[in-house]
Amino acid sequence: MTIRYMSRITRHLLPLAASLMTLVPSVALANPYEQQLANGLRVIVKEDRRAPTAVLMTWYRAGSMDETNGTTGVAHLLEHMMFKGTPSTGAGEFNRLVAAAGGRDNAFTSKDYTAYFQQVPKQKLEQMMQLESDRMRHLNLDPKEFDQEIKVVMEERRLRTDDQPQALLFEQMSAVALQAHPYRVPIIGWMNDLLSMTVQDARDWYERWYVPNNAFVVVVGDVEHKEVFKLAERYYGPLASRALPARKPQDEPLQTGVRRLTVKAPAELPVVLMAYKVPVIRDVENDVDPYALEMLSAILDGHEAARFSKSLIREQRLAVSAGAGYDSTARGPGLFYVQGSPSEGKTRTELETGFRKEFARIVKEGVTADELARAKAQLVASQIYKLDSMFAQAMEIGQLEAVGISYTLDKRMIEKLQAVTAEQVRDVAQKYFRDEQLTVAELDPQPLPKSPRPQSTPAGRH
Amino acid sequence: MKFAKIVSVLCCGLVVQVAQAGPKIENWVAPSGARVFFVENHALPILDVQVDLAAGAANDPPGKSGLASMTHALLDMGVSGMDETQISNRLADLGAQLSGGAEMDRVSLSLRTLSAADKRAPALDIMRAVLSSPQFPAKVFEREKARTVAGLKEALTRPDSIASKAFWAAMYPAYPYGRHATPESVSTLQRTDLEAFYRSNYKAQRAAVTIVGDLSRAEAEALAQQLTAGLPSASGVAVAGIGQMPPQQPIAPAATEQRIAHPAAQAHVLIGLPALKRGDPDFFPLIVGNYSLGGGGFVSRLMKEVRDKRGYAYSVYSYFMPMAQPGPFQIGLQTKKAQANDALKVTREVLAGFLAEGPDEAELQAAKQNIVGSFPLRLDSNKKILENVAVIGFYGLPLDYLDRYAENVEKVTAAEIKAAFARHVTLENMVTVVVAGE
Repeated sequence: MTIRYMSRITRHLLPLAASLMTLVPSVALANPYEQQLANGLRVIVKEDRRAPTAVLMTWYRAGSMDETNGTTGVAHLLEHMMFKGTPSTGAGEFNRLVAAAGGRDNAFTSKDYTAYFQQVPKQKLEQMMQLESDRMRHLNLDPKEFDQEIKVVMEERRLRTDDQPQALLFEQMSAVALQAHPYRVPIIGWMNDLLSMTVQDARDWYERWYVPNNAFVVVVGDVEHKEVFKLAERYYGPLASRALPARKPQDEPLQTGVRRLTVKAPAELPVVLMAYKVPVIRDVENDVDPYALEMLSAILDGHEAARFSKSLIREQRLAVSAGAGYDSTARGPGLFYVQGSPSEGKTRTELETGFRKEFARIVKEGVTADELARAKAQLVASQIYKLDSMFAQAMEIGQLEAVGISYTLDKRMIEKLQAVTAEQVRDVAQKYFRDEQLTVAELDPQPLPKSPRPQSTPAGRH
Repeated sequence: MKFAKIVSVLCCGLVVQVAQAGPKIENWVAPSGARVFFVENHALPILDVQVDLAAGAANDPPGKSGLASMTHALLDMGVSGMDETQISNRLADLGAQLSGGAEMDRVSLSLRTLSAADKRAPALDIMRAVLSSPQFPAKVFEREKARTVAGLKEALTRPDSIASKAFWAAMYPAYPYGRHATPESVSTLQRTDLEAFYRSNYKAQRAAVTIVGDLSRAEAEALAQQLTAGLPSASGVAVAGIGQMPPQQPIAPAATEQRIAHPAAQAHVLIGLPALKRGDPDFFPLIVGNYSLGGGGFVSRLMKEVRDKRGYAYSVYSYFMPMAQPGPFQIGLQTKKAQANDALKVTREVLAGFLAEGPDEAELQAAKQNIVGSFPLRLDSNKKILENVAVIGFYGLPLDYLDRYAENVEKVTAAEIKAAFARHVTLENMVTVVVAGE
């Protein structure tokens, strides 16, 4: 979280919050608190008095999945433009005011949402709410500012995607694994769409999605919730709501066979990236498989001696790296990722076979009680560790709400995870890890062109 | 990597407000000889313990670059009575997290555990074993050597990594900070090299133990001794971390500009020189001044000129990285190939302008306002407190470093900044590296 304007967020392996309040006597039972303003804006406050600071997050339920072809990347571009001024706060002033308040601020765009945050000494919370509410409806979107900022975004794309072989691999895999759903498009946007983007595209996006009834505010910190509700009413309350466009499901057509692609880029290590279509949580109470997939992910890659590391890296020495990733909460379709680089002398095909064998072994033999207990022990501990960070607590609340799951269900989700059985883990391995649902992407590393010796010269005047 | 450095510099660099002192740090020397720093805090049922040892890459013998890092990496891959799988499984069973870091000056081992005795005690037993009885098993060593070589070869294809290695080599010719692990240097390492490195560097007298969280002083005393008593024995008395590093100073490099071809879309530009040592009296003027130059996120001169006005780069920054011996002052940016020279020119003009004039009054006030005002944010979690106190402990900074931080920041004048930059950021010693420039 150190780079300004993250274009994507790396979700934690188990992105779920637990209250576990019995363990934290200082936290009142009713905490967090929630109120909805007349304009539809919801405000969620979690009091945490360990330090005299607060974090304010303003979330919009509009991410790259809400974009249409031709203007991909506009969600993220607009995020950049949000720092470029309103009639009352000039371009760059937002950052200056936050800095002067002793604060830190940033924003991030994901497939599902766009969010803005400020971490400040608690007495500055009001000023932050005033600034944040101002830009919810009063953004300038000056063409001159746009012309500079779109260049910055193109540099960001070069930095994070075009010159990163693994990011390119992931981007192209998504576009093959998914054909109808907009998750297939990169958050930062295709370069050609960035090149032809206009300030009007940004304005259209802003007018469509930046309204209080499409947003919610999360505050965590040394605050009094009633006071925060009052401030929210004062600053966000006057903003008018507006009907939102219909959102269509854009469900994927059925995949019926394995899909394959290759990316060539300058690199040393080959990479195998396998993505299986799997479900995500739609019904917290009645779903089973997404919880079992979360536990499977932890059993495969939850610690240094989890299955992938132990078997593929350490015992077979088939891979120099091997990992799994799955996020059970998302607005769009779910993918379960497996990724690794073969050891020297081993091929991509051998590593792919190695991954497949690990799934086959689970289907055949199941997972052990020890493995499952271990994954659950890590889960319980991680919920407590999360309480050390106000920012992490605000993220938990926001990420659940952004995908349409109430933050009040966080505890229930942990219970559901803890109730997962070895049989359920085996079932999901059998059900989903099949060729019909698989896309395999391979990075075929290309040698760097032979370069002349580095040229070093005494520097002239600077 | 680079951004991790920025964060650590800011964390260690910028703290405190007069009205809000830092955490109460208790300090003692364990019977083992290790220096101990303890912050008691019962708000959460969590305990964090970090051991920092003066056993970083600067201690690599010539020709054996990568040795310190590999020794550190193998600590938890087999100890007396437990193999790597048992160690990892046991930690996971306890919900404990053991992590580490290897830098030039220091290596770190950090444990985060629940503080309940039935979790804490067995987790700390493992940490003690990892510190005091690593076995460096032959099979594990061969495997990790191969993985390390693979990782280094991959890094040699990456423009950022190529730039960073060339930059450090140019800043520190013929000095340990300038050496880096290569596939060749790691390939020649032997298992016995790790054992020998461990025996001569992992000593209690070279260790700082930082403990933060849900523990009493008496428990902390027992813990610190227990953790460090089994380290290889050493003669001599406890010494502060600073000063036990390579004794001779690096020689300031002559200004050079190095261009390395690469097919990347963006050029990676690094400019800098060895500049600042831990404990240097110019620390505060340099840190406050750098906020205005390139440290203060969006409000710095570099950000305004390079990013906001011209759209040349997504990221542009400058920072000081104080180390046991003078660590870098570094400016960095990435920009598309074709405009690399323009971006470099603007960057140099901004730097030259700042060196000539120093910050104006408004910039100085803004810097102080942010650095002092954001103090509470720098210490609002156990993890952040741990990071800050570990730096104080390892480098032997004054225990009231955090308490007096705001006061020291407030005292800085524009004239002091200008003079300090003139002493530490000398253009005749400035090296430039451009990878993938046109």
